[in-house]
Amino acid sequence: MQELTFGTLIAVFEEIFGQALFWAMVVVAGLITLAYLYVLIRDRAVSWHKFLWAQLSMPVGAVLAVWFVLFETRSSLADIGGPIDVILLLAIAVAGAIGLAILVYTLESLFLRKSED
Amino acid sequence: MTDMKDFRPSRRGFLGLAAGAGALAAAGTAQEVQAQVATSAHIVILGAGAAGTALANRLVRRLDGARITIVDGRKEHWYQPGFSLIAAGLKAPNYSVSQTTDWLPSGVELKQDFAANIDPEAKTVALQGGEVLSYDYLVVATGLTLDHAAIEGFDLDLVGKEGIGALYAGPDYAAKTWQAAQAYTETGGVGLFTRPVTEMKCAGAPLKHTFLIDDIARKAGGRSKMDVHYMAQNDTLFGVPIVSEKVRMLFGQRQITPEYSHVLKAMDPGAKRATFATPQGDVEMDYDYIHVIPPQRAPQVIRDSGLSWADKWVGEGWMEVDMANLRHLRYPEVFAVGDIAGVPKGKTAASVKWQVPVVEDHLVAQIAGTTADSAYDGYTSCPLITRVGRAMLVEFDYHNNLVPSFPGIIAPLEELWVSWLMKEIALKATYNAMLRGRA
Repeated sequence: MQELTFGTLIAVFEEIFGQALFWAMVVVAGLITLAYLYVLIRDRAVSWHKFLWAQLSMPVGAVLAVWFVLFETRSSLADIGGPIDVILLLAIAVAGAIGLAILVYTLESLFLRKSED
Repeated sequence: MTDMKDFRPSRRGFLGLAAGAGALAAAGTAQEVQAQVATSAHIVILGAGAAGTALANRLVRRLDGARITIVDGRKEHWYQPGFSLIAAGLKAPNYSVSQTTDWLPSGVELKQDFAANIDPEAKTVALQGGEVLSYDYLVVATGLTLDHAAIEGFDLDLVGKEGIGALYAGPDYAAKTWQAAQAYTETGGVGLFTRPVTEMKCAGAPLKHTFLIDDIARKAGGRSKMDVHYMAQNDTLFGVPIVSEKVRMLFGQRQITPEYSHVLKAMDPGAKRATFATPQGDVEMDYDYIHVIPPQRAPQVIRDSGLSWADKWVGEGWMEVDMANLRHLRYPEVFAVGDIAGVPKGKTAASVKWQVPVVEDHLVAQIAGTTADSAYDGYTSCPLITRVGRAMLVEFDYHNNLVPSFPGIIAPLEELWVSWLMKEIALKATYNAMLRGRA
C-alpha cells in the first residue's frame, strides 16, 4: 500500500459497507459508547451486579465476533497460518467480547435500573 | 471509591464534552485540498478502466478549467481482480460488474466510442464513429487485447463446455469457467492450467486458478481422481525468482506437476487434446479440463499509431514510455498508464494504483510549466491465493525485490489467513476508492 492515511482507511471502510451503513454503524457504536459513559457518570459507580452479567456475556461476544468474520469470509479456523493470524483472531475475539460487555452493561443500566435499585 | 466522589462530572458537562469531541473528529477528517492549476488544456484519456477512471477523478481535483475527455465504448466497468473468485464459484458474475458512468466525476466528458486512429504528430484521435478529437495531452489507458484467435482450434463459445475454461475473457466467461472446473473437480482426470508466453495481466492469476481448483476438489474429496499439471511458459513458475521457488515448493506439497516451457498453441476440443510448443518441438497432451489464457497484446489502434516500442516486445505493441514517469519517449505530451504501458512489470490493478499518482504529478507539472520528481518503481502486488481461506501477499518491484507493505507483520511468502481477508474484503473496497481517486 502506498500511503495508508486515515482518509484512505475511511474511504476503504465506506466502500466495504457502503457509505450509509458504515456511518450508521459508526454512529451506533458512538451512541452506545456515549450511553455507557453516561450511565457510568449518572450512577457515579460501577454496579458489580451488572458488571457480572456483562462479564458473563464476554465469551459469547468473542465467539459471535469470530464466527461472524469466519462466515463472512468463507474461512475456517484451519486457515490460521501464522502469528499475525492468531493475533488478528484474538483481536476480533477481544473486540467482540468488550463490545458485547459494554452493550449488555449499558442496556442493563438504562432499562433495568428500577428493578436493580 | 471515595476518590471518585470528589470528581463530580455533571450531565451537562458530559454532553458538552461529547459534542466537542464530535466536532473535533469531523474537522479532523476534512481532506487537505491541493492548490489547483489553472489551464485551458484539452486532455484526452483513452480508456475508462481502472487507470483512466482513477486518473480522471484525480485530474479534475488538480486542474481548474481543463477540458477532460474520456473515451471508452464499453458501458460496463469490470473489476478484473474478481474474475479468479468468480471462476472458483466464490463470487457471482455481478461481483465484478458496474457501469462505467458510476465512477466518472462531473466535469469530465465521456465519449462512448472507441479510438480508431491516433496521430501523435497532428495530436488527434479519430473515433470509430467518425469524430476527431484534438488534444494537448493524451493519456493512453486502453488496457490490452486478449488474442484468443492465436490459439488454433479455440473459440470463446466453447468456454464452460467440454472441460474448457477461460476466466480472463470477462465475468460471464469466468462464471462459465467455474461450470467446467466444477465438473472437473467431480469427474477428475487430467487438468492442464496454461499461461501465455507474452506479457500478461496479473501473472499470479493462472497460479491462483490452479491452487483454488486443487483446494476445492481436495475439500470435496475428489482430488485423488485428478492429475493436475501447471503449464509454465518458461523454466520458472513466477517472474520473481524467490516467489517462483516458493510456488515450486507449494506445488510439490499439493501434487501439482509443473511442466516447464510448455506454451499452448492449438487444441482439438472434440478429441480433448492440446498442443504445446516446447524447446523440443510440439507436444500433444490429452486433457479432461484445460484453462486457456491467450496471448495478450496492445490493441490494434495502438500498434498502428507508432507509439509502441519498435525493438522490445516485438509483436505485442506495448507503448514506448519511460519506466519511471510513464511519459512517452518521443512524444512528451503523451503518457501511458495501466496494462498498455511498455514497462517490465505492472499489469495489475495494484500497479495502476501506484502509476496513476505519478502520471498525475508529471502531467500537472508539465501543464504548470514545472517538473515533478515522483517516480514509479514497478510496484506490483498479488494476493496469491493458495487455497480458499489463505493467500500470500506478494509485493515486488522492477528489481524483483520483495517490497512488503507490512514488513515484520505480514510475511510475504507465508500462506496467511490475513492475506486472504485482504483479498476477500478489503481489495475491492480499496480498488473502488482508487477509482474515485481517494486511495
